[in-house]
Formats: sequence, structure tokens, C-alpha cells
Amino acid sequence: MKSTASFFSKIAYLKAKIKGDEIFRLVSAFFALTTLLIVVLMVYELTRGSWLSLQKFGLGFITGTTWDPVFTLNFGALPLILGTLTTSAIALAISVPISIGIGLLLSEYISKRLEFFVSFIVELLAAIPSVVYGLWGIFILIPFLRNNVYPLIQTVLGFLPLFSGPIYGGGVLTAGIVLSIMIIPIISSVSREVFSAVPLSQREAIISLGATKWETCKIVMSYAKSGVIGAITLGLGRAIGETMAVTMLIGNKFKVLPSSLFDAWYTMAAIIANEFTEATSDIYVSALINVGLTLFLISLMVNVIARLIVWRTLRLVKGVSRG
Amino acid sequence: MNRQKLEAELSYKFEIENLNAWFGSKQVLKNINMKIKEKAITAIIGPSGCGKTTLIRCLNRMHETVPDAKVTGRVLFNGVDVYGRDIDPVQIRRKIGMIFQKPNPFPMMSIYDNVAIGLKLNGVKDKRKVDSIVEKSLRMVGLWDEVKDELNKSGASLSGGQQQRLCIARALAVEPEVLLMDEPTSALDPISSAKIELLIRELAEDYTIIIVTHNMQQAARVSDYTAFLYLGELIEYGPTRQIFENPKNELTEKYLTGGFG
Amino acid sequence: MMDNYRIRKIKDRLMRILLWSSLIIAMIPLFSILLDVFINGARAINIDFFLLPTPTVGEKGGIANAIQGTLITLGLASIIGVPIGIMSGIFLSEYHDSKLSQPVRFINDVLSGFPSIVVGIFGYVLIVSVIGFSVIAAAFSLAIIMIPIVTRTTEESLRMVPVAIREAALALGIRRWKTIIFIVLKGGRKGIVTGVLLALARIAGESAPVLVTMGYWRWWFSGLNRPASNLALNIYLFAISPFENWRTLAWGSALFLILMILGISILIRVLTRGKYE
Repeated sequence: MKSTASFFSKIAYLKAKIKGDEIFRLVSAFFALTTLLIVVLMVYELTRGSWLSLQKFGLGFITGTTWDPVFTLNFGALPLILGTLTTSAIALAISVPISIGIGLLLSEYISKRLEFFVSFIVELLAAIPSVVYGLWGIFILIPFLRNNVYPLIQTVLGFLPLFSGPIYGGGVLTAGIVLSIMIIPIISSVSREVFSAVPLSQREAIISLGATKWETCKIVMSYAKSGVIGAITLGLGRAIGETMAVTMLIGNKFKVLPSSLFDAWYTMAAIIANEFTEATSDIYVSALINVGLTLFLISLMVNVIARLIVWRTLRLVKGVSRG
Repeated sequence: MNRQKLEAELSYKFEIENLNAWFGSKQVLKNINMKIKEKAITAIIGPSGCGKTTLIRCLNRMHETVPDAKVTGRVLFNGVDVYGRDIDPVQIRRKIGMIFQKPNPFPMMSIYDNVAIGLKLNGVKDKRKVDSIVEKSLRMVGLWDEVKDELNKSGASLSGGQQQRLCIARALAVEPEVLLMDEPTSALDPISSAKIELLIRELAEDYTIIIVTHNMQQAARVSDYTAFLYLGELIEYGPTRQIFENPKNELTEKYLTGGFG
Repeated sequence: MMDNYRIRKIKDRLMRILLWSSLIIAMIPLFSILLDVFINGARAINIDFFLLPTPTVGEKGGIANAIQGTLITLGLASIIGVPIGIMSGIFLSEYHDSKLSQPVRFINDVLSGFPSIVVGIFGYVLIVSVIGFSVIAAAFSLAIIMIPIVTRTTEESLRMVPVAIREAALALGIRRWKTIIFIVLKGGRKGIVTGVLLALARIAGESAPVLVTMGYWRWWFSGLNRPASNLALNIYLFAISPFENWRTLAWGSALFLILMILGISILIRVLTRGKYE
């Protein structure tokens, strides 16, 4: 019956010349598909730009450990990938406890009115451009770390290879620290969202057993576990792609492994920013675009996984609470 | 019944004095005064919105967990005002268990952990002790034989009726003195409901039970005392037999004969 | 069973302190950055700052051309990105029963997480290879960054327009596409403006894509097919330079940029506060 009704109404539509509606719908669908088009085009164009490099190095590009734009023109991205992952790992290690704490605070401890202001302030951290983080990092953070913090760390933990070696102020740890600040907003806001979505009935269950506020929070976190993982993955995705602040602080030295956390190193994003405009030969440019392609694919993977986790959690949580 | 002999000697578990409660500016309980007998089953009935759920939530200080909630008056529990200045609701709530309308076991925990969570909170570490209390609680609610081989399954993997019994076991594990039940069977099928009503009667030997229900027949079946609430006021309160067979208040009679709500 | 009560209470209080500390720890860098940008940036502010273009070594100068270049680039990016974003948002909101809408929304979310430098390279391969380093290439890349933001906020704000309004309009005989453009869009106006502002605040600070599509430009705007000066990019280049006057300009530019972004953020919050009350 539905099909007959829609058939007649379709005729009625045409008769009444509401073609405008169909056109509009098609137009807006077309625009909406632009994003899909962009992503597809991006993969294509990045691959095209990497073609020279892919031809010469193939998949060995990802495992290669030399970067020689002058003599042998051999390029390999492994240290860059390692550098990206290391700085991101440091960023997560610092940022995750802080961000989850803020998320809990916003969701469980602060009144609705106060939440408006507090979340605004946390969001300000996200509004500061990467270059400004870099600027502040160079002139304020680096001297502070170099003079006050790192020597202290080295005295205490210097026996570990991670913390031995010369301190110049910038380097892997510094980049990781600034990255951690930059990803606090996204991890904390998504955490807050998943915590808030935990059903009231769960909270009331544990409260009625005689739980303290913190014990209630533990239940909330336990319930929203996968959502928090999604939030962390989103933060990872953000950290992986961070460019300017990192390139201004990490030292931009291509080496297989740094000598310590205080040593200079490189990331995928940083090398592109630092060397792209200076790249002379075609193979050099192609290698850098290849790095971009690698970064793109890794970032895509992380973000897709993250979004899937968060989407799934929110739908699951809301479904349970509704049912 | 031999219960009647004991009843005369039992004291009052709760003495509610001039209890008023609000949600924001809306007053939901008006000057409630009643005394609840120990180890009896007291039913609270009345049409929707009459404040019966709020009333029991005031007894274990759950009402105040809602923003903009306000309470005045006294609720003496074992002679001590639960709203006293030095009283921590955390301690009150351990002694007063609550069962909710919709079963709310923790889905991210196993059946075992669901029952044991209260013990874990209170620092009971000895695994054998926890095992035995978990088994005892599950036996009390008649779940043990059904789940004893599946204790590791998620708390949410059970049927509705089983989930509710699990919640009761969870509440019992911490050895409360009172069980507050907010329409415990309204979300369940008739068979599960009957099982729970039976369970309630068994539990009344050792616990004071207050049950909110919109099902008059259930109240008549299960309870020793019944309180009738209407628009936030206590209209009538007395032995169930008397309330149902010989209500003193016109409103009560009207409600019982299906006059409204 | 209650003998651990005191320990639990202590843990509770301790965790409360720790949680608040996490907020305070996050606030320290925020205030440090804002403070330092204000103090160091204020030193750069004078009349020259706003009137003169980028100086060479030893000359006096300002950010006048950077402001000009940035505004033109942002403007062009908006012309490209905003209509696409709004139309996508309309599609997701008004035709949300379409099978396309979930994948589109998902891709949109994913796109918003892309590294901006990669978007820049995309702009390089697509446009710079044809036209050369230019405002067009930079605007193109920035537009791509804008689109997911505008799409998301447009969809959200249109969804908040009550269904009843659409039904009333349709019942009056107004065609659907007119309903959407003239009535629904008007209702979601505030949210859409918010989204555009959000996107602008975001791309104003983006320097990575600008670096690889436009590069450094010291002079005034001289055509869309040439580069132009850019505030954010200048901050990067000046900050790492060895010249004192450039570094001062870096702080001054940072101050200008932050004030602009802060202003937009506050404006957004003011606009959206009405929405939630």
C-alpha cells in the first residue's frame, strides 16, 4: 500500500511542478558528498605526488632509516614514524590522567552553571594556535625546563639512558609536554560526554549501597570504559598530526634513535613543515609527500578507529538507558 | 498468625516527623508523620505523582541526590535523625538497601561481582568470606541454583525477573536492616512478580521492608501495614487489613474502589 | 564491615583534591601563554605595528600586510568552504533519512581530525603544481579544514529548529526547498553563524597548510595567483629567526591573533548561551 501511495504522490509532485524540491535535494546531497570526494581525491593526489618516491623505495620507505637529500638521495621514514609515536605516547602519558580528571570533574562534581565557564576555559586551550604554542615553547617553556626541571630530572633519574645525555631545552620530551597540553581539550570533552551519558540508574544503584562520591565515579568510569578509550584515541589522532608546535620544539634532527628524551629528533609532520619549501629535487619533494601520505594513512586509521569506538559507546550507553 | 504476637512487641524502625520535600519550588511531600514498624512489611500506595517514591527516597537520603531537591523535617532511624548535622548519608545508605523500579544491575560486572560490589566497597578482602556471602545472598533470593555455574556472566545477561532478584541479592550482601522497594515488580512479568512477592514475605522475617506499589492487590497480598498517600499528604495509615476492609477516610475508599488513578 | 569507613572518606577527599588539581594543572600553561603573549606582544604594539608591512632586517615594520593577506585568504577560504559546509549541513539535517547521511556524517567527523599539514600537501599537489604558490592554493586548503566544522554546526543548529515549523510551512503550501532556505535556515541562523565563526577562528591560526601552499611573503597583496602575507605563518618564521625585531613582531602577531580568536570565542559563547537557556 505504501508503494502505491508514494507512486501517486510522486505523480502529484511532478504535476505540481515541485521539481524544485528534487533539485534542491540533489544539490545538497552533492555538496554533502564533497567531503567524501575530498577524502578520495586526497588519497589519489597524495599517492600521485608520492609516485617517484614509491617507485624508488616502495614499501621500504616505511622501514628505511636514511634521509639524504644531498648525495645518495635515499629517503626512509622509519625514524619519523618512531618520533611521531614517541612524542604522542609521551603526550598521552601526561595528558590522559589530567584529561580524565577534568572530564570527571565536569561531569560529576561541578554544577551545571559552573560547568559552562569551566568548559569554556578548557576549550580555550584548544583555541590557541599551534604556532603560538611553539612561540611560547621556545621562549618561555624551554628556558624553564632547561634551567629548572630537566637538571632535576637528570639528577634523580639520570642513571636511565632515557634521561642521560646533554640538555639543550628542546627535544623529544619538550615536544611531548607541549603536545600533552594541546590534546587535553579533546580528551577531556569527549570523556565528559561519555561520563554524562552513563545512566542515572547506574549511579543510583551504587549510591544506594552507600558509596562515596569517588566510588560512584569509579562505577561511572567503569561503565564508560570504552568511551574513554575512544576519547584517548581521538587525542592520539590529534597528537599524531600536530605540526608547528612540534617542529618548533623538537629540534628537527633526523636520526634513527635519539640519545635520550632530552635529545633532538623528528616527526613526520615536522619534517614536512621544516623541509618542504626548501626541497630542491623532484625525488626530495616526492619523498616528503610520501611522508605526508604515510602520516595521512596512519592518522586516518587512528581517527576512524577512534570515531567508531566513541560512536558505538554513545549509542550503546544511550540505548541501555532508554530501554 | 504468630507474627501478630511479635508485632505488639516490636519497636519502630522509622519515626517520620513533619517531613516535607520539594523538587525545586514544587512541593511533593506535605507534613508527613508516621511510624514504621520494625520487621514488618509496610506498603505505600496512592495514585501516580502522590509522592510515594519521594517518601521512601527521603528515608535513605536519595532524594537529595537530585539537583534542586529540598527536605525539611526529621526521619528517625533507630532513634537517630538521618538528617542530623553530623550524619553521613554514606553510612545511612549502607544500612538501608534500595531496590529500584527498573532492575539496574551493573552490566560491566559479572553476576558474582554485582553481588560482591558492596562488600568490596566496605573492604571485605577475604575471598572465602566474600564467596560465602555471595552464595548466601543469591540463595536468599532464590537465584543460586539458577546462576551458580554462570557466576562470571555479565549481570545484564539475566532475564528481567532474575535481574531484579540479583539487585535484591546485591542489596542484601551488605547486611542492611531495611529494604526500600520502589515498585519492584512493575517492570516484570506476572510469574517473576509472584516470585518476588514470595521473596519479600520471606525476607520480612529478618528485615524491615517498605514497598511502594501502584498495584493495590499487591499491597493487600504482601503487606502488614499500608499507607495511602494523595497529592503529597498522608491520608490514612494502618494495618493492611483495616485499610482495605474498613477504610476510615473517604478518599482512601474512593481510591481503593478504583475511583481515580 | 564499616571499619574501613575512615579510609574511604580519606580516599574520597583525596581524589576530590586530585581532580581539582588536574584542572589547575591544565590551567597553568593556559594562563602562562596568555600572560606571556599579552606582555611580550604589548611591547610590539605601536602605530608602525598596524601601518607598516613586514620589515627586512634592521628596518622598522609591522603586520599591516599580514593582516591584509590573512583577511583576503580567510575571506576566499570562507567563500569556498562556507557554502559547501552549510549545504552539507542542510543535507544531513533535512534529509537525514537518506542512506547517505550516516556515511557522510562519519566521513565528516574523520575529515575534521586530519593533520592540517596533509591538507596543505593536498592543496600543493592539486593547485600549486598548476598555479604555483598562491592565495588560491592556501584558501583551498583552509576551506577543506573549514567544511567539517561548518557542516557539523549547521546540522546541529538546523536539527534544533522544531519539526512543527517545517510542517506548518508545508501545510501552508510552501515548497520544501523554500521552507528550508527561507524558514528553517532562518531559525538556525544563530547556530550557523556560530559555526562559521568557529571555523574562522580555527583557520586563522593555521600555518602548516599555508606554509606548503603559499610560503613566505613579505609584501602587500598582489593577486590571488601569488602568495600573500599570513599572520600565523609569520609567527612561525619570525619565532625561529635570529633577528630581534622579527621576534618582537612574532609576539605582536601572536597577540593580535589571540585577541582575534579570543574575541570570536567569547562571541560564540555569548551567542550560544541564549540557545541553552
